[in-house]
Amino acid sequence: MADYVIEMLNITKEFPGIKANDNVTLQLKRGEIHALLGENGAGKSTLMSVLFGLYQPEAGTIKKDGKVVEIRNPNDATALHIGMVHQHFKLVECFTVLDNIILGAEPCNGLVVDRARARKRVVELSERYGLKVDPDARIEDISVGMQQRVEILKMLYRDNEVLIFDEPTAVLTPQEIDELMQIMRGFKAEGKSILFITHKLAEIKAVADRCSVLRKGKYMGTVEVADTSVEEMSRLMVGRDVQLVSTKEEAKPGEEILKVENLTVPSKVHKNNAVKSVSLEVHAGEIVCLAGIEGNGQTEFVYALTGLEKPSEGTITLCGQDITKMPIRGRSKLGMSHIPEDRHKHGLVLDYSLENNMVLQRYWEKEFQRAGFIKSREVRAYSDRLIEQYDVRSGQGSTTIARSMSGGNQQKAIVAREIDKDPQLLIAVQPTRGLDVGAIEYIHKQIIAQRDAGKAVLLVSLELDEVMNLSDRILVMYEGEIVGEFDPKTTDVQTLGLYMAGAKRKDKEG
Amino acid sequence: MWLLLKYTLLYASVLALVALGGMFSERSGVINIALEGIMVVGGLIGVVMINLLNAAGIPVFLGVLLAILISGVAGAVYSSLLAFSAVNLKADQTIGGTALNLLATALAVVIAKRINGTDSPKISYNANTNKVLNNLHFSFQIGPLTLNWFIVVAIVALIAAWFILYRTRFGMRLMACGEHPQAADSVGINVYKMRWCGVLISGFLGGIGGMAYIVPAVGDWNFEMGVAGMGFLALAVMIFGQWKPMGIAAAALFFAVFRAMANIFDSIAFLNALNWPKEIYNMMPFIASMVVLAFTSKKSRAPKAEGIPYDKGSR
Amino acid sequence: MSKKNTAPRLGSAVGGIGSLLASLTCILVGLVIGFVVLLVLGWITLAQDGNSLTFGQMLTKTWNSGFKAILSGGFYSTANAMGMGVRTEILQAAPLVMTGLSVAFAFKTGLFNIGAAGQYTVGAYFALYSAIVMKLPWWACLLAAALGGAIWGSIPGLFKAFLNVNEVITSIMFNWIGLYAVNTLIYQGGTGVMFNTNTTKTYTIKQASPGSLLPTFNVGIGGKDYFGAMFLPTIGIFIAVAVAVVVWVVLNKTTFGYELKACGHNKDAAKYAGINDKKNIVLSMTIAGALAGLGAGLFYLSGSKEWEPLVSTALPAVGFNGISVALLASSNPVGCIFSALFIAHITVGGGFMDASVFPGEVSDIISGVVIYLCAFSLLFKSGILKFFTRKPKTVSPENGKEREA
Repeated sequence: MADYVIEMLNITKEFPGIKANDNVTLQLKRGEIHALLGENGAGKSTLMSVLFGLYQPEAGTIKKDGKVVEIRNPNDATALHIGMVHQHFKLVECFTVLDNIILGAEPCNGLVVDRARARKRVVELSERYGLKVDPDARIEDISVGMQQRVEILKMLYRDNEVLIFDEPTAVLTPQEIDELMQIMRGFKAEGKSILFITHKLAEIKAVADRCSVLRKGKYMGTVEVADTSVEEMSRLMVGRDVQLVSTKEEAKPGEEILKVENLTVPSKVHKNNAVKSVSLEVHAGEIVCLAGIEGNGQTEFVYALTGLEKPSEGTITLCGQDITKMPIRGRSKLGMSHIPEDRHKHGLVLDYSLENNMVLQRYWEKEFQRAGFIKSREVRAYSDRLIEQYDVRSGQGSTTIARSMSGGNQQKAIVAREIDKDPQLLIAVQPTRGLDVGAIEYIHKQIIAQRDAGKAVLLVSLELDEVMNLSDRILVMYEGEIVGEFDPKTTDVQTLGLYMAGAKRKDKEG
Repeated sequence: MWLLLKYTLLYASVLALVALGGMFSERSGVINIALEGIMVVGGLIGVVMINLLNAAGIPVFLGVLLAILISGVAGAVYSSLLAFSAVNLKADQTIGGTALNLLATALAVVIAKRINGTDSPKISYNANTNKVLNNLHFSFQIGPLTLNWFIVVAIVALIAAWFILYRTRFGMRLMACGEHPQAADSVGINVYKMRWCGVLISGFLGGIGGMAYIVPAVGDWNFEMGVAGMGFLALAVMIFGQWKPMGIAAAALFFAVFRAMANIFDSIAFLNALNWPKEIYNMMPFIASMVVLAFTSKKSRAPKAEGIPYDKGSR
Repeated sequence: MSKKNTAPRLGSAVGGIGSLLASLTCILVGLVIGFVVLLVLGWITLAQDGNSLTFGQMLTKTWNSGFKAILSGGFYSTANAMGMGVRTEILQAAPLVMTGLSVAFAFKTGLFNIGAAGQYTVGAYFALYSAIVMKLPWWACLLAAALGGAIWGSIPGLFKAFLNVNEVITSIMFNWIGLYAVNTLIYQGGTGVMFNTNTTKTYTIKQASPGSLLPTFNVGIGGKDYFGAMFLPTIGIFIAVAVAVVVWVVLNKTTFGYELKACGHNKDAAKYAGINDKKNIVLSMTIAGALAGLGAGLFYLSGSKEWEPLVSTALPAVGFNGISVALLASSNPVGCIFSALFIAHITVGGGFMDASVFPGEVSDIISGVVIYLCAFSLLFKSGILKFFTRKPKTVSPENGKEREA
């Protein structure tokens, strides 16, 4: 019989109206790297939260070292030496690295926290595992990569032997990912067991021993990674064959629609500029992609383009008109559409009905208002048409409150609204973040259709697959600068990664 | 000038105590706008205790100590209403606090009237009423300067607050709950418990602050006027002090000067010569707080998670 | 999409019923607590006097000389001679509707207008000045009152929009500044033009400028006038109702209301859609202030009360009761009419209790309890809603998590 360190047997976890985990079983062998594969919304994070004591399951048992245990809260998990690196780091930004590591497990000298003792231990651990951190730096001042190392140190500080990594690679460059995998192999060699949540098959192939697959809350089985092809795993995850590459015609770039010259945007977080003298053009009928790791100025760049933030220098020209100082509404009227990065923050008024959200960019147009009074019949008709045309699904049609819709349908509603404006320039920022494969395919098709209809498209994405798939030209952004321009047909992910990490740079062609 | 110093220190101790209270609550993530009401309750119970202890005939020093302590406890008990609604029921903290402010004044008037058995909401505790324990016992002289025990309490509270916040495990965890409760929860800190603690401490300090405001300064108090906005000024002190004990100490002194002027402007020659009505001086601390907030708010760094109810289930 | 248009208004209708039931629950609990307070007070008072009553007698006493008055409000039999009680009640309800609307309007834009009391105070000054000194006709005085409130309301709006100072703090500070300023301006060391040194109040409008008083009305019941000639109610309540309806239309039927509510629900999304959030914050607070100021006009131009600058050391309760009114109405402008009537009802009733045993402030306690309960009334509401709708929500587990960044 195999030596299982953790067994989760027949776990069922329900939320109001949905079974997030339906009779799921997961067995983790001692000293293995075990991948947990599934799409967004398949229930991976829920399952791990159950193991970490954040949720209580409705049914099922958890065994540690063969004995049934009850994990009611993170303290219980820590006592069982189970640790977790959360997808969204759980770090207190104004605390130092050291304080974050010891929080909740502070060594004390009477009443006083013994920081000297804690520091010694942290320095020792960071040297032993090659996790370089500065114990006195504040979290808000350090890079995402270092923040992740802090999270890993948190687990090591607590002597955890079962380590859960929830989508750890989403925020890293390909090179950083390699580094992380090296560290994971090191843990494995020490006899620690690792659960690795992801939806990226290549990473599983690279590092995992076995892989369990979840689909829509249900357990689809566990496979030996070495004996299973990527295609098989993908089929297990999605339930059908996936067209991994979107087909598209050759681009036929037309006239210049957007021209940005020497754009500089100050940062809200630190003293440096977030965007440093960036210039680029987007032509009609092409998809230009801005690639890069999160937090390298893409967000601020888009904010400046769309008018949400003021640039300190530079000019923006849309269809021949200088829009640098134009208010947001004016840019929209000139033909700019914007699918925002955060659909809950910017994209939707979640407590408004779907129809009110559908006219968010157009409620002031003659079509929808007379003398300041909203023409509710026209709004309803318009919303119904978009729902029909773009296949937006919701409980009560136009009157559904946006908050109650699924993420995919919320995003479809935004895409419908922005595309139906018939823009000259479509700015799409991470349009498929957090969506399942079906929705991703749909949105990709829509974006390509816009390009083929002669629209200029500026795509900002962190997903290299998406970048390679959709774009006609790739610009890599690193620390607020464009460090390289590439043709997706003649470059590869590894090369892009080097530029994204700042290891290489070249001056822009032309 | 000694008079100005006396009143400045008096009001500074009030503002510092209450603002420190606010700090503990907000550092744990709960906006405590109910400080005004907590002060009223603390003040009311404090003066009631003076009169009760007087009847019981216990030694003066013990009486002073007990009255101060019980006013703090009363404040803490009253603040538990805020903690319950804000932490357990995840209610809107500003609205809950506002309700407690209104409720406190209404309760105080009703209770004061019942104690008097008349329609007067005024309670006295001064020396003229032949009481053994009275408001004079809360003050002492150092040379020409009159000080009161609440100043001592405030200084102790300041030092203790600094120590607790920056040196102890409790302080570290409390701040974590106000900054990033999900992070605190994930390392096994009970966010609800910490927030309850924060609110209760603020109630305790606020209660004492309420007594500190009315007892050393005058011999009787009309509870219809509550504490005349002092609790709200303390909120401004807390913001101006950037949620830090030493900052609060400095801000409290600054605002106390303005507040003290309303009491003594007619005994200072050059102010008296201006012949301004008293109301102008009453207005001053509020205007000063607006000016200060207008200039500092852009740089202001409030605890990140303050005002947001923490819900364990939704993550 | 076959489901289109099947249940167009069901969602909001159920929501409305939920809000209503939640509010009624708040009121019920508030009243029960009020009753218990009265019971305890009565017991203490009688014990002080050396009377011992049985629990049953105590209950009867509390009911008859206390709680019955609160429940009857202006209709309390002994106090309602010639319609006096009812007149007082609608007189007080009119400004309450307005302060309630003021708070509710700001709520819709995501702002908490705790400054209605200060705006009301400044509005009162403008109303009195334009009546007593400038002797303007009543409608001009009302406009002046609204203007005064608007100025005072715009300040927290400007502070919020341009200096990023929380509107709650600014409103509170300007409440006090407003109160002290109005007292100073009216008194002026005894030399103020409006100040009557004999009464230590402002001059009565009836003497100074009868044309500034609001018109009155009467109703005939059974062939007789309900209100005595001395106690005619003003048309203030009708003005308040009309304003409530206008506010409802603005919020629900116009692009301006659409923009305001978008800002209230999600400031970032509103900005993204090209809505000027700063303009909306200032406008919303200004309008809220105007509503509160108008409320003061409706009250002081009825001529039944003067301003007493020497004893007005506390902020007017009607400003804060506006918060109860708005919360009870779930910020629905039309609902404010009814909740204001309720608050006025118990406040007036509180004054009719046997004051030697039961202080009238008990009704303020009830009002405070109601606000406290309303702060988490969403809890009741979602409980009630669950009872009505059993439709499962479509929220995927990991999307729920994603928000929690």
